[in-house]
Amino acid sequence: MTVPVQAALSSTHRWPPSQWVAACLALCVLAPVLVLAALAFSGEFGHWQNLLQHVLPVAVSNTALLLLGVGVLTALIGGGSAWLTSAYLFPTRKLVTWGLLLPLAVPTYIMAFAYLDVLHPLGPVQTLIRDLLGYTSARQFRLPDLRSMPGAIMLLGLVLYPYVYLSVRVMFMTQAASLLEAARTLGCSRREAFWRIIVPLARPAMAVGLSLVLLETLNDIGASEFLGIQTMTISIYTTWITRSNLQGAAQIAIVMLAVVTFLIYMERYARRRQRYAITQRMHPIQPVQLRGLPALVAMLLGWFPIVAGFIIPFWFLVNESFKRLSSLQAISAELLKATWNTLSVSLTATVVTLAFGLVIAWSARYARSGTARLLARCSSLGYAIPGTVLATGLLIPYSWLDRIISSVMNTLAGIPPQLFIMGSAAGIVCAYTLRFMAISVGSVESGLARIPPSLEQASRSLGHSAFQSFVRVHFPLLRPALGAAALLIFVDAMKELSATLLLRPLNFETLSTWLYAEAARGTYDEGAIAALIIVFAGLIPVILLARTQLKANY
Amino acid sequence: MKPFSALTQALACAGVLFSAQAYAAGEVNIYTTREPKLIQPILENFTKETGIKANTVFVKDGLIERVKSEGERSPADLLMMVDYGNLIDLVNAGVTQPVQSDTLESAIPASLRDPGHQWYALSTRARVLYAAKDLNLDKFTYEELADPKWKGKVCIRSGQHPYNTSLFAAIIAHDGAEKAQAWLEGVKANLGRKAAGGDRDVAKDILGGICDIGIANSYYVGQMLNAAPDSDQRKWGEAIKVILPTFANSKDGGTHVNVSGAAVAKYSSNKDNAVKLLEYLASEKAQGLYASANYEYPVRAGIKPDATVASFGALKADTLPLADIAKHRKQASELVDKVGFDQ
Repeated sequence: MTVPVQAALSSTHRWPPSQWVAACLALCVLAPVLVLAALAFSGEFGHWQNLLQHVLPVAVSNTALLLLGVGVLTALIGGGSAWLTSAYLFPTRKLVTWGLLLPLAVPTYIMAFAYLDVLHPLGPVQTLIRDLLGYTSARQFRLPDLRSMPGAIMLLGLVLYPYVYLSVRVMFMTQAASLLEAARTLGCSRREAFWRIIVPLARPAMAVGLSLVLLETLNDIGASEFLGIQTMTISIYTTWITRSNLQGAAQIAIVMLAVVTFLIYMERYARRRQRYAITQRMHPIQPVQLRGLPALVAMLLGWFPIVAGFIIPFWFLVNESFKRLSSLQAISAELLKATWNTLSVSLTATVVTLAFGLVIAWSARYARSGTARLLARCSSLGYAIPGTVLATGLLIPYSWLDRIISSVMNTLAGIPPQLFIMGSAAGIVCAYTLRFMAISVGSVESGLARIPPSLEQASRSLGHSAFQSFVRVHFPLLRPALGAAALLIFVDAMKELSATLLLRPLNFETLSTWLYAEAARGTYDEGAIAALIIVFAGLIPVILLARTQLKANY
Repeated sequence: MKPFSALTQALACAGVLFSAQAYAAGEVNIYTTREPKLIQPILENFTKETGIKANTVFVKDGLIERVKSEGERSPADLLMMVDYGNLIDLVNAGVTQPVQSDTLESAIPASLRDPGHQWYALSTRARVLYAAKDLNLDKFTYEELADPKWKGKVCIRSGQHPYNTSLFAAIIAHDGAEKAQAWLEGVKANLGRKAAGGDRDVAKDILGGICDIGIANSYYVGQMLNAAPDSDQRKWGEAIKVILPTFANSKDGGTHVNVSGAAVAKYSSNKDNAVKLLEYLASEKAQGLYASANYEYPVRAGIKPDATVASFGALKADTLPLADIAKHRKQASELVDKVGFDQ
């Protein structure tokens, strides 16, 4: 192998196999988008007058406000707690460091469901306040209703901040120390170093975390619906469901998708000249020992998001489930089946998503042309489309595939015509893959960005092929990023509700659809048990995540 | 294309192994937007009596799109829905087929089935007023919801929910679009909290002191009052009384009702079983279960509602045909946007 490295890296005439895979996958993600676009243009535009006049102004400003609020809150909590746990030593720091990830296990709809009850005038908080103030009835005194914009921002912020925390903290652990030390040697004060080194350095990690947070917020349907916030996504729903106008819903979805694409592009464009690769040995920041009052304040600050984002909803669910332990016996078989379905589908989706993400990110790194990078962007679009809308867009491509597979199976094996994708869990797995590709591609890309090209060049000049270099150099270095992505995808897949509801086969329940069915008929009690299992099942990957990602030295 | 199509096939094959495809005789596949637990006891009885296995998939939104895209290979036999508007949408989407059955015709009154035999209502529910127990109130018109004396005292779920758009459509049908808008603005001004949550939350929020009156479906009260004695739900149910409201303009003094119903899927491969199930659902036994297990009003004459539901007083349904109300549904939904009801 004596191919010059540069030439190998820049061969754009012939597409490498990885790029073909990337192209196919991008096409798969684009398929539902194209179906939606076709639907959008096949519809009438008469209802836009009503939309523009009465719906969109409110929906757009609500969505913008919600995104801004949740963005600021998660940046503050996530970034702040990452810095707190990286730069300072205080009592219980170790516990706080991994505890801060726990809210990841709580889906937004469960968060809203728990807090609506906890903070209701009949709930424990207001009852206690009334008792303390000497009121006897809720009619004499009550707190403002949680169903409001500030309420929604608070609840979403408290469960979504771990996305920011995780990416920023990993960055602090691997990159910050040497630069910080250099700045301090050059005479910067701690505060100056924070603003001039840490904040700019945290930006790409912050951007990755925040974009996940904002897309989750944009897609949220359960919590916004419970809290009565009229967002764009809710408008899409109303147009589709209440007014039976799928074409109209597709039109709004396409507009929303265009805006999201533009924002993601702008963020990338703004960072286009920055390089973050680091060759030095990675080691974490040396934390400062806090004592006395500052230590207490740090401890309280560190515990607040854990208590509000995890312990309170968790305690609520445990409490509610405990009240209904008697009914657990009768439903345990169904629940076990749902748990098994959830785990197997999520696990399959995680593996598939990760494998494809690796190929796409890899081909984006090595193609000098914009094509591969464009493909990577395209394949990440699924995360920006509301789950149900994506699922609806998938129905038509699925039915094509089913027709093809069915006729092939019929001629080859004589199997009677039936639905292979829609009739099995394959439809859900594909939907998850398309939906969560952004996490996988994003993590691998940022992982690859941290590996300096010189390592690759060294490996290639020592005679390894591109593939060998990947196996022996990149893959080991990528393992933490891959691990993080795998766990995030797994947790997200477990929580996924809207696409699962639409695409699952007969008699197939996952934990979230089970919970939804319970909530839909208003028997929250048994729903609490399902919610608790979702949270528990989500805890395992989150704890694994904490163990692998937050170890001070890997 | 190779890697991906290979994968798809592998997944599909794997799917075949662990999916329960139901094509054997003696089965019936139900797509439903109804919560499965509500119909499960009735389906279990059906299986016991006929030996036909009932498979269900509970789809919330997108049932029509799913059946449409599955086309001729769709396993769906029976489509079950709540809200007459949704049933009409099924027919308009062309995913149903007509069923001629003397059993159904004689069991279900003509006003509660499609003139084209496409769908049949199986139960009805009234959109009633929940009022705080200590309120001195024994009759009510829907129009009074906009009376300023209830300012800050009214609770209701999202105006875009089918149960509400259906009621608002009925108001348009009775009072005209202009008056309906003024009315909706009045109700909006009276809300004690955002128009959100579910119907049960109305009772919960009345107990919590957020409001005094609210609009919700009748059967929830049956569920709440028959919940375990010391449960939260029981307390909510005990905090309210139910009044069957009427329309101010209607001489007959009827209450707004909605239906749950079913239609046989166009490409049903077990049509006989689907019709059998439909007939079973209209039978005295199943109708009795609708009343006693779900607290809905049976559609079959001679079957009494549950005692809890009967205690609300005799239900007199609004005489305006559902098809006439359905015409105003879209207008009602746009009105909700126009007055910013959910904001």
